[in-house]
Amino acid sequence: MQTTARVQPARSSLLRDPKFRGLVFQILAVFTVVGIGWYLFQNTQSNLAQRGITSGFGFLNNTAGFGILQSLIDYTETDTYGRVFVIGLLNTLLVSGLGIFFATLIGFVIGIARLSPNWLLSRLATVYIEIFRNIPPLLQIFFWYFAVLRAMPAPRASYEFFDAIYLNIRGLYLPSPIPADGFNVFAIALLAACVAIVLVARWARKRREATGQLFPTPAVAIGLLVALPGLAALVAGNPVTWSVPELRGFNFVGGLVVIPELVALTLALTLYTAAFIAENVRSGIQAVSHGQTEAARSLGLRPRHILRLVIIPQALRVIIPPLTSQYLNLAKNSSLAAAIGYPDLVSLFAGTVLNQTGQAIETIAITMSVYLAISLSISLLMNWYNKRIALVER
Amino acid sequence: MTEKKLESAAGDKLMIRMESVNKWYGEFHVLKDINLDVRQGERIVLCGPSGSGKSTTIRCINRLEEHQAGRIIVDGVELTSDLKQIEAIRREVGMVFQHFNLFPHLTVLENCTLAPMWVRHMPRREAEAVAMHFLERVRIPEQALKYPGQLSGGQQQRVAIARALCMKPAIMLFDEPTSALDPEMVKEVLDTMIELAESGMTMLCVTHEMGFARTVAHRIIFMDRGEIVEQAAPDEFFSNPKSERTRTFLGQILH
Ligand SMILES: Nc1ncnc2c1ncn2[C@@H]1O[C@H](COP(=O)(O)OP(=O)(O)OP(=O)(O)O)[C@@H](O)[C@H]1O
Ligand SMILES: [Mg+2]
Repeated sequence: MQTTARVQPARSSLLRDPKFRGLVFQILAVFTVVGIGWYLFQNTQSNLAQRGITSGFGFLNNTAGFGILQSLIDYTETDTYGRVFVIGLLNTLLVSGLGIFFATLIGFVIGIARLSPNWLLSRLATVYIEIFRNIPPLLQIFFWYFAVLRAMPAPRASYEFFDAIYLNIRGLYLPSPIPADGFNVFAIALLAACVAIVLVARWARKRREATGQLFPTPAVAIGLLVALPGLAALVAGNPVTWSVPELRGFNFVGGLVVIPELVALTLALTLYTAAFIAENVRSGIQAVSHGQTEAARSLGLRPRHILRLVIIPQALRVIIPPLTSQYLNLAKNSSLAAAIGYPDLVSLFAGTVLNQTGQAIETIAITMSVYLAISLSISLLMNWYNKRIALVER
Repeated sequence: MTEKKLESAAGDKLMIRMESVNKWYGEFHVLKDINLDVRQGERIVLCGPSGSGKSTTIRCINRLEEHQAGRIIVDGVELTSDLKQIEAIRREVGMVFQHFNLFPHLTVLENCTLAPMWVRHMPRREAEAVAMHFLERVRIPEQALKYPGQLSGGQQQRVAIARALCMKPAIMLFDEPTSALDPEMVKEVLDTMIELAESGMTMLCVTHEMGFARTVAHRIIFMDRGEIVEQAAPDEFFSNPKSERTRTFLGQILH
């Protein structure tokens, strides 16, 4: 009687111990994954060898031999596939970066407008959100590309803005700055203004904490930003000359061309994602209870101080995690570029390069790793920020 | 609760005057001709059934709610839609809420120094010294560096009282400060409020703690359906209520 009573718990403790069982399952899982991976690798290797397909990453050094619509670095047809990869990556990063920047800007504005007591403004914001968030992003890209930008007139009949900006079927032509005599002095003045603003902001905060006096930092910052570079331009001459696009024959020369593919993709991704971000911002602000505003009001705080010191810091905590996933979506959706031929990583590398070399496994593996790396970087950055501002609970 | 009464008398200076104040929510007449004078150092308890307009009355005093007719004059300043006057009045009137409403992203100390620094333009050191002084008065100086989420309900409400006191208000409003608390924490908050009363603070307090009302209040006001039905000193109020509605109400809450 006594022995069984003692043995029983000892026996059950191993099989029913959650820690032990957890460990067993984890080991089993690792073995299974490694096993499947090994089998796939072996199988592919032998298949490729049988069909006489070369494998490995040697192809990256071969000559590409095709032209690319847009490249941020120098490129000729004699460059290698490796360089094509870099161009595709940069083009993807360009679209993602532009999209994230503008989507955040527009998303915050629309999200706040949605909560405005102004009936018309909040209604317009609602309409915007409902339209852009409910149409598939690919369709929006098609809309901007085929229905809007491809329907633009030929260069001779371009839409013209301020005698300097032209829009036609070949893209958006903008004036581009070319450094001139005063450029260095101007750049130094600009830098000096930035440093001065940081110093003034610090000094103003110290002074506020020491004496309680408020200082109009934003106004002074704008003043510095205008005055210092302006003075530099007056003293040292024009910092830049503008290369304005000009119609010569059938096309424009000079200036900067933004190809319609880039415009369509950026527009579509920005407007689509901004609608989601606007909803995140709205719910983030609404998640801060009305009691917080009332408590701040009853202490005599001004509306703008309430927003800055009480509402925004709390709303950000709610906004950041879904914002992260919107950024990730935007970066991944940029691969829809392939549908209109914008030379992003997918259409260029996992498309053209794959077709020419036939090395599907390598190109797909590289492309997937790059997206994984981009996504992980965004996540890590946002998680770090989120942790920094997290609320302390019991 | 102690049966001992606080003896400190009210002064002569008029701190709050409400003159036939009326308020509507749409068609619904929440406040009907409210007339109320509060003198310096006077302690008033408002009671009445749920929905009778007690919260609305005291929230009109610091403009968390707007009244539509009548006049409200606080410490010589009339409440109009002038933002400067509203801010001036809010600086002089502290408020404690049922659900504490502490700022969860700031430490206890930062909760207490925020308004003195940004509204009264007090240097940080001075604001922190003031905050510590009041945190000691509500007996939680050791929690100063914690966040509100790390404190018990009773402690949070005492921080909320300290936060309001840091603005050195002339008047304190309490809206059911103990209703959201577990029974064992009610006493610590009431004790803090009694000490505040002893210091001569002008207080308007919505509460159903009748023991507290008996000890502390100079005057008890009974509201029902947006009207002040009856007001009297505690002894008179409890022993000899005049209106039938008051008797029914007292019967309900004193079991
Ligand atoms: N924002 C509002 N819109 C419409 N009606 C409201 C609003 N706020 C309060 N009321 C109504 O006004 C009446 C008075 O509310 P008030 O909060 O002043 O009551 P109270 O006496 O404090 O009650 P309780 O004891 O429940 O807190 C209630 O009937 C309530 O439903
Ligand atoms: Mg109430």
